[in-house]
Amino acid sequence: MNYIEHIGKYFLMLSQVFRKPQKWRVFYESLFKEIEELGLKSLGIIMFISFFIGGVIALQTALNLESPFIPKSLIGFAAKRSVILEFAPTFCSIILAGKVGSYITSSIGTMRVTEQIDALEVMGINSLNHLVFPKILATLFFYPFLIALAMALGIFGGWIAGVFSGLFSGVDYVTGIQTDFNPFLITYAIIKTLVFAFLIATVPSYHGYYVKGGSIAVGKASTQSVVWTTILIVIANYLLTQMLLT
Amino acid sequence: MIEVNNLHKGFGGVQVLKGISTSFEPGKTSLIIGQSGSGKTVFLKSLIGLQTPEQGTIAFDGRINTEFTTEQKRQWRQEIGMVFQGSALFDSQTVEENVMFPLKMFTNESQKEMLERVNFVLNRVNLENSNSKLPAELSGGMQKRVAIARAIVMNPKYLFCDEPNSGLDPQTAIVIDNLIQEITEEYKITTVINTHDMNSVMEIGEKIIFLKNGIKAWEGSKKDIFKTDNEAVVDFVYSSNLFKKIRSVNFNEN
Repeated sequence: MNYIEHIGKYFLMLSQVFRKPQKWRVFYESLFKEIEELGLKSLGIIMFISFFIGGVIALQTALNLESPFIPKSLIGFAAKRSVILEFAPTFCSIILAGKVGSYITSSIGTMRVTEQIDALEVMGINSLNHLVFPKILATLFFYPFLIALAMALGIFGGWIAGVFSGLFSGVDYVTGIQTDFNPFLITYAIIKTLVFAFLIATVPSYHGYYVKGGSIAVGKASTQSVVWTTILIVIANYLLTQMLLT
Repeated sequence: MIEVNNLHKGFGGVQVLKGISTSFEPGKTSLIIGQSGSGKTVFLKSLIGLQTPEQGTIAFDGRINTEFTTEQKRQWRQEIGMVFQGSALFDSQTVEENVMFPLKMFTNESQKEMLERVNFVLNRVNLENSNSKLPAELSGGMQKRVAIARAIVMNPKYLFCDEPNSGLDPQTAIVIDNLIQEITEEYKITTVINTHDMNSVMEIGEKIIFLKNGIKAWEGSKKDIFKTDNEAVVDFVYSSNLFKKIRSVNFNEN
């Protein structure tokens, strides 16, 4: 199947997804379950990686600024910018594309090959709306919080790394963080996060929903979905940066 | 009553169903038999609306399903119960949640009322005290019984079963067959079963339709099937060594 056909099929899928849920009570149950599966269960990995990557960014910046004419506060400034602009929204979203994307594809794909989706359809349920819509809302609702937490922990990790390594002082780092603070950068990061969250929920759902075959096909679809979600995140990142920051 | 008229369906230029016409009566168990690849599953999926026919009509009590509006289609779906070959239970949900799911989606009953109904149908399929188990914790036969309970929980008018005995031992298969037949008679459901299990044919086949290469090659009762001269049916029925031996014994006795 060519790419144009896939894109068309993806948008046709979305047209079925964005419908009024057939039963709000069931929808809310699914939504809370998805928030737990796709959001809360990703907290640990995101917190862990953010903290250490923030530390590494601060250390790398400190090690590359050897000139006495450059103020040490620049380390905090650079770490803040790197974490808020790119690391937290983009890097964390790519991690989530791997973790959550493969989960979504394999769970929906398994439902497809074991006829659970057919069972929903026979009951008269819009299976795309029932399975995918709660996932989209869960990621759109929860990922901004997750990314905000990643920003905070990344910056905190940088401060801890500096203090423990002795490469820069905590005061210099905090001064750098407070220097030239532009609130729009947070807005920019949140906008990016929302777009990436949408991709993380829908692209793997597409790969899972239309899988054909058995367990091997589900495995292949999982891999493909992670690859395509990552590619689309990188492209969307470039386009959004061009649109919002230039 | 379900009336099928001149049903055609193909995939990628290959005709799978070639003009099938038949009918299924309420309160009776009808069996669709035939070899693998004969079009049984496509026929069943066309009946339940998972495949759209290229030509021909399927009428449910006079209502043609391809002419339904969205709302009519939703109503009609609620009249259908389906038991899939692999049971198709939602593996993240317990037995109770699986059976309660259609009630949650389509009724406004309270939790207590739904639970009463769930316990009633689970009791009907002899599955008491399994409410909190997950499908993975059940045997194949128990999974089939949960699937039957889920299929009948909405009091369907039509029950469809795709290979309900596949993967089951002969004794459990008979239990499932009898259960389906009892439910069919008790609730006056129109039941259509897709199978290639000759034991099922002998147990519950009130009406049998034999498909071969997408064509209805034969139609009759379980008594007729052992007397027919139709070569394709004879080949299929006596493909089992057991049935061959029974036949030769009968011939010798006669």
